Amino acid sequence: MSRTVSITLQNNDDARPIIEAIEEDNPDATVNVYPAMVKIDCAGRLIVRQSTVEEKLGRDWDVQELHLSVISLAGNVDEEDEYLELSWG
Amino acid sequence: MTQKKAKKLGLKQRYALMTRGLDWETTYQPMDKVYPYDTYEGIIINDWDAWEDPFRLTMDAYWKFQSEKERKLYAVIDSFAQNNGHLGITDARYVNAIKLFLTGVSPLEYQASRGFTHVGRHFRGAGARVACQMQAIDELRHVQTQIHAMSHYNKFFDGMHSGPYMHDRVWYLSVPKSFFDDARTAGPFEFLTAISFSFEYVLTNLLFVPFMSGAAYNGDMATVTFGFSAQSDEARHMTLGLEIIKFMLEQDERNIPIVQRWIDKWFWRGTRLLALVGMMMDYMLPKRIMSWKEAWEIYFVEAGGALFEDLSRYGIKPPKFAELATREAEHISHQAWGIFYNYTHAAGFHTWIPTDEELDWLSEKYPNTFDRYYRPRFEYWREQEKAGKRFYNNTLPMLCQVCQIPMGFTEMDDPGTISFRSSTYKGETYHSCSDGCKEIFDHEPEKYVQAWLPVHQIYQGNCGGADIEDVLKWYHLNLGADNLDYNGSPEQKLWEEWQAARVRAAG
Repeated sequence: MSRTVSITLQNNDDARPIIEAIEEDNPDATVNVYPAMVKIDCAGRLIVRQSTVEEKLGRDWDVQELHLSVISLAGNVDEEDEYLELSWG
Repeated sequence: MTQKKAKKLGLKQRYALMTRGLDWETTYQPMDKVYPYDTYEGIIINDWDAWEDPFRLTMDAYWKFQSEKERKLYAVIDSFAQNNGHLGITDARYVNAIKLFLTGVSPLEYQASRGFTHVGRHFRGAGARVACQMQAIDELRHVQTQIHAMSHYNKFFDGMHSGPYMHDRVWYLSVPKSFFDDARTAGPFEFLTAISFSFEYVLTNLLFVPFMSGAAYNGDMATVTFGFSAQSDEARHMTLGLEIIKFMLEQDERNIPIVQRWIDKWFWRGTRLLALVGMMMDYMLPKRIMSWKEAWEIYFVEAGGALFEDLSRYGIKPPKFAELATREAEHISHQAWGIFYNYTHAAGFHTWIPTDEELDWLSEKYPNTFDRYYRPRFEYWREQEKAGKRFYNNTLPMLCQVCQIPMGFTEMDDPGTISFRSSTYKGETYHSCSDGCKEIFDHEPEKYVQAWLPVHQIYQGNCGGADIEDVLKWYHLNLGADNLDYNGSPEQKLWEEWQAARVRAAG
């Protein structure tokens, strides 16, 4: 059985740098584009890293700003000041 | 100036400060009397402090992010209304899905708010209470924003004028209503398993993700925006739902069989409820992004599979009727649309036979079942309609005692036979639609014999009268406008006038 973790974000201007950062930090991730949203799947684990998002955005970014763009996720959540990670056990 | 900026507190410190030490041990009353409900279900909690919200959201951050979400959402709702956004949707048939949403789903948000307010009061752990408080506020926000977003459609389209009455009275809306009534009248831990875990984590993706993406595809900017704004809260609720399950399982191994039974029950209750969503996706979106079956594969088989594999380390098994539900995904949307096609004269929205192009799409998406079982039925009804004999079923259906859906679903191995179960309790016979619903009834018969079944209530004379016209009046539905086939409806006429005006304007 597959052990895919997943995050779905809105496909808008706020989320695009986050999507780019996720792609960069998770080279094995698959990006599925649907109307108005982007679903990113990855086997085992997936990380959203603050420093990479800040690089893409060109400003400070609080990991909790993710709340403004996220639509759905699958996996156990580990959130720290510098990253948010999804994983299965 | 060499003033040193105070270092901001880290996420973990902030969470600890804002969710712990806010409560106290009572002195003049025993704790068990102050919190009378959090033990009787048999769930044993040894350490409430082990409860942790994985997002570590605190009230200060909560207000900040929620107000930002509201600002964005209301900017879109306003511009949608100012720019006559309803003219940009694919087809007026689409609005019927929105009517079902407003009358069937939005009131559930309010029920959820009431439920979380109640259980938040009744947990003795402060972390759990803070989490329930935030969710109760979220749910209130959802019902309000949904009503605001859809109020624009209400200016032009029928069937959206009396949502709260309809939710309480209309026969098919007793399906979602009874689902939440059932959860809210359970104990607090069962409520969390039902709503936070089974509904939010396992099932709402199927409602708020592919359907909302479909709304975007059909030009409905208002709905996709409130949908995703709500779903950004749901992502948090889902995470919490999973955490709650793990919390109960880690606290005491005697909790495991109790939690398993609730998972089995509420998974099945949820899949029955989602038959409505299956129908919205396969039949009510003029432009479709994925079939109900594809959505089920992605969000239940794949995502749910990974989830239950993760929970297996606690001894939790996948929901008892999960395999049956997956087989049903081939059939359920077609059967549900068939039922509504039969009873559209008593509904608050229109139905129709799909166009040839839409029938072909369904054949392609359901190669194992559609041409064999369902296409001939729809083609027959279409011929009848063309011959001036649009079929409306004028007898009232028997309802399942548990899910309250008309007993029109079939055995999955034999789609020509209605699935029908019955139980005897205190000398009376009670009917259910499936092994899943029968098992739920048999475990708590005393609860389900009290069900308010719309058909029984009509026959008992409690719904405004004996004629369909009287009952519709009692439902607050306008005969000839809100109900009957889409073809020939005032709404279709209006839509076609708008389209003609557009062509004229384009020259």
